[in-house]
Amino acid sequence: MTVEQRKPPRNLNLRLRRALGGRAGWGGFVAQLAFVAFLAWLGYEIYSNAQANLQSQRIATGFGFMQNTAGFAVSQALIPYQESDSYTRVFVVGLLNTLLVSVIGIIFATVLGFIVGLGRLSPNWLMSRLAGGYVELIRNLPLLFQILFWYLAVLATLPAPRQSVSLFGMFFLNNRGVIVPKPIGEAGFEPFLFALLTAILGSIALGVVARRRLFATGQRLKVWPFVLGMLFGLPLVSVLIFGKPVSFEMPVLRGFNFASGSRLIPEFVALLIALSTYTAAFIAEIVRAGVLSVHKGQMEAGASLGLSRGAALRLIVVPQALRVILPPLTNQYLNLTKNSSLAVAIGYPDLVSVFAGTTLSQTGQAIEIIAITMGVYLLISLVTSAIMNFYNWRISRSLAR
Amino acid sequence: MKRASLVLTLAVAATLPAGTVFAQTLKTVKDRGTLSCGVTHGLPGFSAPDDKGNWTGLDVDLCRAIAAVVLNDPTKIKFVPLSAKDRFTALQSGEIDVLSRNTTWTLSRDTQLGLNFGAVNYYDGQGFMVRKSLNIDSALKLDSASACVQTGTTNEQNLADYFKANKMKYEVIAFATADETLKAYEAGRCDTFTSDVSQVYAERLKLAKPEDHIVLPEVISKEPLATVVRHGDDQWLDIIKWTHYAMVNAEELGVTQKNVDEMMKSDKPEVKRLLGTDGNLGEQLGLTKDWAVRIVKTVGNYGESFDRNVGAGSKLNIARGLNRLWNQGGIQYAPPIR
Ligand SMILES: N[C@@H](CCC(=O)N[C@@H](CS)C(=O)NCC(=O)O)C(=O)O
Repeated sequence: MTVEQRKPPRNLNLRLRRALGGRAGWGGFVAQLAFVAFLAWLGYEIYSNAQANLQSQRIATGFGFMQNTAGFAVSQALIPYQESDSYTRVFVVGLLNTLLVSVIGIIFATVLGFIVGLGRLSPNWLMSRLAGGYVELIRNLPLLFQILFWYLAVLATLPAPRQSVSLFGMFFLNNRGVIVPKPIGEAGFEPFLFALLTAILGSIALGVVARRRLFATGQRLKVWPFVLGMLFGLPLVSVLIFGKPVSFEMPVLRGFNFASGSRLIPEFVALLIALSTYTAAFIAEIVRAGVLSVHKGQMEAGASLGLSRGAALRLIVVPQALRVILPPLTNQYLNLTKNSSLAVAIGYPDLVSVFAGTTLSQTGQAIEIIAITMGVYLLISLVTSAIMNFYNWRISRSLAR
Repeated sequence: MKRASLVLTLAVAATLPAGTVFAQTLKTVKDRGTLSCGVTHGLPGFSAPDDKGNWTGLDVDLCRAIAAVVLNDPTKIKFVPLSAKDRFTALQSGEIDVLSRNTTWTLSRDTQLGLNFGAVNYYDGQGFMVRKSLNIDSALKLDSASACVQTGTTNEQNLADYFKANKMKYEVIAFATADETLKAYEAGRCDTFTSDVSQVYAERLKLAKPEDHIVLPEVISKEPLATVVRHGDDQWLDIIKWTHYAMVNAEELGVTQKNVDEMMKSDKPEVKRLLGTDGNLGEQLGLTKDWAVRIVKTVGNYGESFDRNVGAGSKLNIARGLNRLWNQGGIQYAPPIR
């Protein structure tokens, strides 16, 4: 049977009218235009009025301050930063620190959340009780309290720099953080990276081929020896030809602290632990609800095919549960990102601390800075949602097939 | 989310029709019947609630004196605890009438924030506290140290200047409140806790074992601590300034909380002008003739307030130093009341 395709209206004028004015036609379009113009006017009035008022109160306005020298130090910066840099740079440093703790926090929280959520459904009594206890405990304590707890607990248990716990004289642990040898790029660095990348792409391609083959012919290709060979062999060849990719700068104690090497500061560690364990408790509940929403017959069907409980969960139940899980999961990701602004309590230099905190009190430009900060958080939220929506769309599409 | 709400109030205030905002603080305070005074979360000696919840301290005394002259009742005050970084926004947005919170007077704060500084009620400078066990006797030996500091303070910037000028490396960890700063220092996160010297002494008292910590001799900056009001209300600024000057003049003239009634009978012209038994200077300020009497009865003269809160009569036991009167080797100097 053929379905006749609906033709678009031939009249261009009509199409345009529909698109712009909806059902109301041109009249609707004019109304919408007037409304937008009104909003723009209102916004402009508010803006210029605020500007004039702040000026008459002698409060500095505008964004010129972003070029001024910051004059304060920051304890963790992913890009080179020093006191003589501008507030713009401070902004970038703070933003990167926020993104760093959020992204890693999201990964940890997801992994832990899935483990706990599935653990709670486990037929093993101890396992499910442990998972249940975890969720109840963590969800019912205020997050700020947990952040402070981890921070002070972590600090209290660690020794001073001179009494550091050391591993092979290369890794050190003390109340200033975890200090590890710092990798420094050498001549062989770029070829090494290239070799590694080639190996990874090659492995993925191989995986895809094998999967196609499995679906088409039912034949399982043994790919793992090739994958391993590529992943280790290619970089090794690069090292043999171009020399070693990195050398390491060893940490040495100089004065009060370790002078060289790379360091993970305790503020970051404490914030990361607190954010990911806290969010994991909520994710666990979402995962549990998601799995329970899948008909129990699915699990039984899996069992009757001879799949183990784990395999049935992984291959049959979780993929279907994901559709239910994803939207609230997105919410949790957004929460985690927003909650990372509690960082200021323990001195982690995130965006809110260095920009909406120190920069604000040094320049006094509260309205501008808060507007920028809110804009950034909004943008992060929109991007996160967009990514998750895309993922959700792909999953529903593949399930629908 | 105190901060967000303060900024929101400020933003709303800014969008109101021009000219209506904050011009007449004196009238506003009288109509409202209470003075709203910005203070710390608890800094012994300057502004801190005692065990009965009464606010006391040198900065608090100034608020009490202002309430006494404006409202004739030193208890009609709403104390608003503010962190270093929220204090100016709170003043700009109208949440408080006066900021009396160990705030350093600097050019940029005076010009960019839409604020004006009153009189300096404590001359201070920045110092460092370290553990005795570190065995150092000078801040110049702090190379490579980690320093805990409160964010939004002048101290955060002075630190950078000092270490740079002396070519020393350092790491700074900045916290939102004094409590968290001190806790991190106590837990060993930092080698030194830095702030204005008076505040270092005050915070030291909060440590579990104050005697295990010393304050290094270097004073690395000038910190004139003053009251702050909104720009553009000259009458209110006058009242704030002269409240402090009245306390200083009272000390200079030997007028104390105890003898003030006696002094009302004095025939020394300067005393008569101060206490309003001659002339109407108080009324020229927009207050009453007996304004200075009310101040001295409420909090005593400057020396008394100093002794009781931060000096010899207090736990802090800080020497008068720079804060002695000008004729006794210090720099506390009040313009004449005439
Ligand atoms: N005078 C300096 C520092 C003022 C300041 O906030 N000092 C801290 C020292 S720890 C404080 O008093 N904190 C008390 C609080 O936040 O409640 C300034 O004006 O920036």
